[in-house]
Amino acid sequence: MSAGSKILAVGHYQPARVLTNDDLAQMVDTNDEWIRDRVGIVTRRIADSETVADMAAAAAGKALAASGRSAAEIDLIAVATCTSVDRCPNVATRVAAKLGIAAPAAYDINTACSGYEYALATVDHAIRAGAATNALVIGAEKLSDFTDWTDRSTCVLFGDGAGAAVVTAIAEGEEPGIGPVLWGSAPDKSDVITIEGWRPYVQQSGQTVFRWATVSLPALAERACAAAGIRPTDLAAFVPHQANLRIIEPLARKLGVTNAVVAKDIVESGNTSAASVPLALSKLVERREVPSGAPVLLFGFGGGLTYAGQVIRCP
Amino acid sequence: MTTRDEITAGLSEILEEVAGVNPGDVAEDKSFTDDLDVDSLSMVEVVVAAEERFGVKIPDDEVQNLKTVGDAVSYIQKASA
Repeated sequence: MSAGSKILAVGHYQPARVLTNDDLAQMVDTNDEWIRDRVGIVTRRIADSETVADMAAAAAGKALAASGRSAAEIDLIAVATCTSVDRCPNVATRVAAKLGIAAPAAYDINTACSGYEYALATVDHAIRAGAATNALVIGAEKLSDFTDWTDRSTCVLFGDGAGAAVVTAIAEGEEPGIGPVLWGSAPDKSDVITIEGWRPYVQQSGQTVFRWATVSLPALAERACAAAGIRPTDLAAFVPHQANLRIIEPLARKLGVTNAVVAKDIVESGNTSAASVPLALSKLVERREVPSGAPVLLFGFGGGLTYAGQVIRCP
Repeated sequence: MTTRDEITAGLSEILEEVAGVNPGDVAEDKSFTDDLDVDSLSMVEVVVAAEERFGVKIPDDEVQNLKTVGDAVSYIQKASA
């Protein structure tokens, strides 16, 4: 049992191949200006032969190295993904095998784009319950496997990548570094983002998703802050799911995160679903844009329509 | 009951605020996308603001039928009747 958990270190991985808006204009009827105006994306990374597990392990390996923990100390691995092609084994056990982690509890979680915050919450709960002490929490996606490259309304949106954190039990007397989760869903709208069927592609009703995101999410994100006893103006950083710059900006404005760095990794990475928040967080930490110990709101939302967020202390 | 002109004037203010449309360009025969350069996401913002201003519900399924300012005026007038 522990009074809470904290993020010890983070890491990320992106494939080497950069796909630009001009590249996409060669493939479908679109152009750079249109894409920048509608979603704010300039480039995205696309995996070559890397699998979801390869990217997850690469990000997790970096987080593990930065944490000072050894592979032997990891007793739980949770992977958020909605783009793993294989039904079994899961990505978490493959990550364990790649990193030489001998016998961890290992599970995948799928709530699409909000997956990382769900995974972080379940790991925090496991540590509080005494079921784990040192965990890897990973968001990894290969959306390019589920993209219809002839559909200009979706193929410009997505990218591949992974982000990870090492989460550990806090010492006695230490403040928790992961706040209470605010999570939920809007199942009546669950069919507006889909990756359905046997040969599935991502499809979405963009206007319905946009309306839900810009109208409903600000109050939910505020509740995630309130659960941690934090005001939005106290936040040092806001890392929402990187779905669309035109969702991120009004969400930040309506939430009133006036003193926070707002993650906009979508510009260079596109929408990487459950990987987008840990990827953006890891880059903020790498660039030292957020002081260690400062409050950061993570907030995921997407397919389902699910959402989850929590205030963490920056590693 | 709100007149068509009053609804058009209200929409004009919303369009200026949400999408930077010049109020002088707004008329019932103008197409949101072709004449006023309002894209699909801005259209959602216009609809959300119009719902609040006129106290009506405009479901997502209806938004695609609102091609012109006049379409929106008619829908809002009917919905608030």
